[in-house]
Amino acid sequence: MKDFKQKSGISRRNFIKGFGGGIVGTAAVTSSFAKGEGKQVGPHGSMVRGPGKVKISLQINGNNHSLEVEPRTSLLDAMRDQLGYTGTKRVCNRGECGACTVIMNGKTVLSCSMFAMDADGAKIETIEGLAKGDELHPIQSAFVKHDALQCGFCTPGFIMSSVALLRKNPAPNLDEIKQGVSGNLCRCGTYPNIFAAVDDAAKTIKRGG
Amino acid sequence: MAGWKKLDEMTYLGKPHTRVDGVEKVSGKAKYTYDIKLPGMLYGRILRSPHPHAQIIKIDASKAKALPGVKAVLTDIKGEVLFAGDDVAAVAAVSEAIAEEAIKLIEVEYKVLPFTVNEDEARKPGAPRVFSTRENNLGRKRDKSEGDIEKGFQEADVVLERTYRMVVQVHTPLETHGCVAKWEGDELYLWDSTQGVHGVRSGTAKALDIPENKIHVITHNMGGGFGSKFGPKSYNLIAIKLAQKANAPVKLMLDREEEMLAVGNRPSSIQKIKIGAKKDGTLTAFQMESYGTGGIGGGAGVPQPYIYHFPNFKVNHVDVHINAGPGAPMRAPGHPQANFAMESIMDELAEKLDMDPLELRLKNDPNQTRQKEFRIGAEKFGWKKRKPGGSGKGIKVRGVGVGAGRWGGGGNKKTQALVSIYPDGAVEVKIGTQDIGVGTKTIVAEIVAEELGIGVNDVTPLIGESDYPWAPNSGGSTTAASISPTIKRATDKAKEKLLGVVAEHFGVTPEHVVLKEKQFSVTNNAKKKLNWKQACALLEGQPISVLDNWGEGLSSRGTAGCQFAEVEVDTETGKVDVLRMVAVQDCGLVLNMLTAKNQVNGAIIGEIGYVLYENRLFDPEVGVMVDANLENYKIPGALEMPDFDVTMYDESERGVIGLGEPPAIPGVGAIANAIANAIGVHIREMPITPDKVLMAIQSRKEGKA
Repeated sequence: MKDFKQKSGISRRNFIKGFGGGIVGTAAVTSSFAKGEGKQVGPHGSMVRGPGKVKISLQINGNNHSLEVEPRTSLLDAMRDQLGYTGTKRVCNRGECGACTVIMNGKTVLSCSMFAMDADGAKIETIEGLAKGDELHPIQSAFVKHDALQCGFCTPGFIMSSVALLRKNPAPNLDEIKQGVSGNLCRCGTYPNIFAAVDDAAKTIKRGG
Repeated sequence: MAGWKKLDEMTYLGKPHTRVDGVEKVSGKAKYTYDIKLPGMLYGRILRSPHPHAQIIKIDASKAKALPGVKAVLTDIKGEVLFAGDDVAAVAAVSEAIAEEAIKLIEVEYKVLPFTVNEDEARKPGAPRVFSTRENNLGRKRDKSEGDIEKGFQEADVVLERTYRMVVQVHTPLETHGCVAKWEGDELYLWDSTQGVHGVRSGTAKALDIPENKIHVITHNMGGGFGSKFGPKSYNLIAIKLAQKANAPVKLMLDREEEMLAVGNRPSSIQKIKIGAKKDGTLTAFQMESYGTGGIGGGAGVPQPYIYHFPNFKVNHVDVHINAGPGAPMRAPGHPQANFAMESIMDELAEKLDMDPLELRLKNDPNQTRQKEFRIGAEKFGWKKRKPGGSGKGIKVRGVGVGAGRWGGGGNKKTQALVSIYPDGAVEVKIGTQDIGVGTKTIVAEIVAEELGIGVNDVTPLIGESDYPWAPNSGGSTTAASISPTIKRATDKAKEKLLGVVAEHFGVTPEHVVLKEKQFSVTNNAKKKLNWKQACALLEGQPISVLDNWGEGLSSRGTAGCQFAEVEVDTETGKVDVLRMVAVQDCGLVLNMLTAKNQVNGAIIGEIGYVLYENRLFDPEVGVMVDANLENYKIPGALEMPDFDVTMYDESERGVIGLGEPPAIPGVGAIANAIANAIGVHIREMPITPDKVLMAIQSRKEGKA
């Protein structure tokens, strides 16, 4: 996929972003010039893979995984269905709600709107990797303490967005916290407690906790 | 049976306590139906009708069946589809992608029929009929009257006539409806994202003629329901049949679009209201003609006249059917609709009478709890600073509003719970309720811990399985009032038995044994002591297990609440920001202050979505929902959050009452009235979107409003 990005100057993920849609629309684009197994040269000289299964490797929470995915498989589905990382949730499956947020190579991505093969070789952090054994990450502890969850289905996404926020901005004010989690939706209505939790966690981390 | 301890004597109840499953939920370990994966599991997918109304002439699934990986196909679901999104056929395949491909290969010949997706059109004579067997699209009627309506209007000094409109709202739980069905011989295991494991069991047994004891419904964690998830629904039955046909477990989770089309919504409401009052604000008469649509379902009725006392009233309602997915109860069904219209017209009336809106409410609200709540709220909110409507200057103007709500709740008498104390000291409670996100699992453990004087983490709360003792669906805010008395009674009896065993060991009568902080002691004999483990060890291999029923005296029904809202309206863009909400809410004995306040916050956020953003939209030409996703169907997000100030009004002496729904009502009218107060004109149609705000401001400028 590195080849694809370099030569065409556009990754599928960026393409999806610009398109504003889900994977379905772009999968058709992929398959229109990908006729065989393995790497091939596409019409614009870019390397293409598929439509057969593609071998990829993912490093998730420090664990190396080698797997075979269909080109159309999203990173979310590869993690959930093939590797058992079910903490990351599928809610809208088209990049609207943030429930599938994971951190890839240091940046948050919506794993539902990214092909697994585009993540080949990436370092991915999910909700399952935050705690050290039984010791929760300060943001996780703060979510429990402030009851920043109800049904809990949006919670992993919110926590991953919050982790990324605090790495970038260790002392956010309320507006910055709101902005930082504004890509995530909660239906039970736990936002005020989420804000309190992120604020509290920021202070805990600052204290070195 | 002993009552609840006094609030100040309690260790856990009435105080904040973190969730027992909090750690599981923040670490991604909590398994939801969506996360279930079984060996050999197939993926189910439903083919849905693209037409709002059609007869199915022929289904040819041969290509789907021939697709490698497809293991079962269902084509005999129904002969006529009634809405775009209705079930047509279904498949089970080895992967989701293959199942998706397979349904696209099913060829369906439809005879397209006339349809209607608009309740105003559908109620007219000669409109296309939703149900071909019925004469028209009018469904259930609800008529109610009291006093003498004519006399009431004669007594009035002021009479107002207004029409209020509310569109359809969609529940939008983050976990979609879905299940995993697995047969083991003639035993059926069903993991389901449901608000009622027992309801799904009995309903499935009836629908498929399976003995009830052969069905095991499991809901350990579920991602929200808000009233939409009372099953079984068609997807359950389809998954069960597919699993049977394929002889393999089948997982069938709806996608977001299906969720929005097919499995529930809050019906619309159009209320034509005439209200009469004397100069001093005494209400004399209320008349309403209303209709609304729950699509092919019903439930559009509203409990008018809401909150305030009208000696004379007459209300006539009729449900109107359209070719849209069925309505379902949604967080306080009917009440937010009644609240919006009533609170709006009360404010309009107050303006006519030149009275303070709160004063008008206090004068006409017979509920004594709410009388106090209104005053507490007004004080906290700073209601006295309220300015006349439309008096703000500048581009951004502010306004305030108030609204009220009520709800029934109360316990279900059939509820049962099984409490066990094991010889190794373990304590466990089994009850067939479910936690839909409100914190039920936590209060289950807290009640046992409170009564036994042990730690909350010493209790294993087992819920979410239909094999556990019967508890009702989580609906109507009845869960807490059903399960709390039941668990307390079972726990008290188990404790009594344990005290008896300890008493026998000490050679005293049970009333001389005291259990405090996990220590058993004998009054007047300091030497006789046992800790919890030692005492339980006396059970010699046989646990104490007590199955008990719900009982009177520990719960009540009926709640009151009010909310105050402040908004800021941008008069150039029409955008409304809710700045702060003050809520005062009663729910009897608050079981857990932390989760209770979270409930109130969440309910208020739901109100914000209902008033400002949410609108199920149809393309009238083709009869298809155009915003069946989370991008175009707007639910409130982080940037729309106001400040929250929640006060739980203490009426703990009334015992446990439910809380899920009561706070989802008062703010609807409060926010709408705050907008009216800001811009000086009432917008009588929700959602109050920027276009309506700008139109209203313009109409005021032109002197039309």
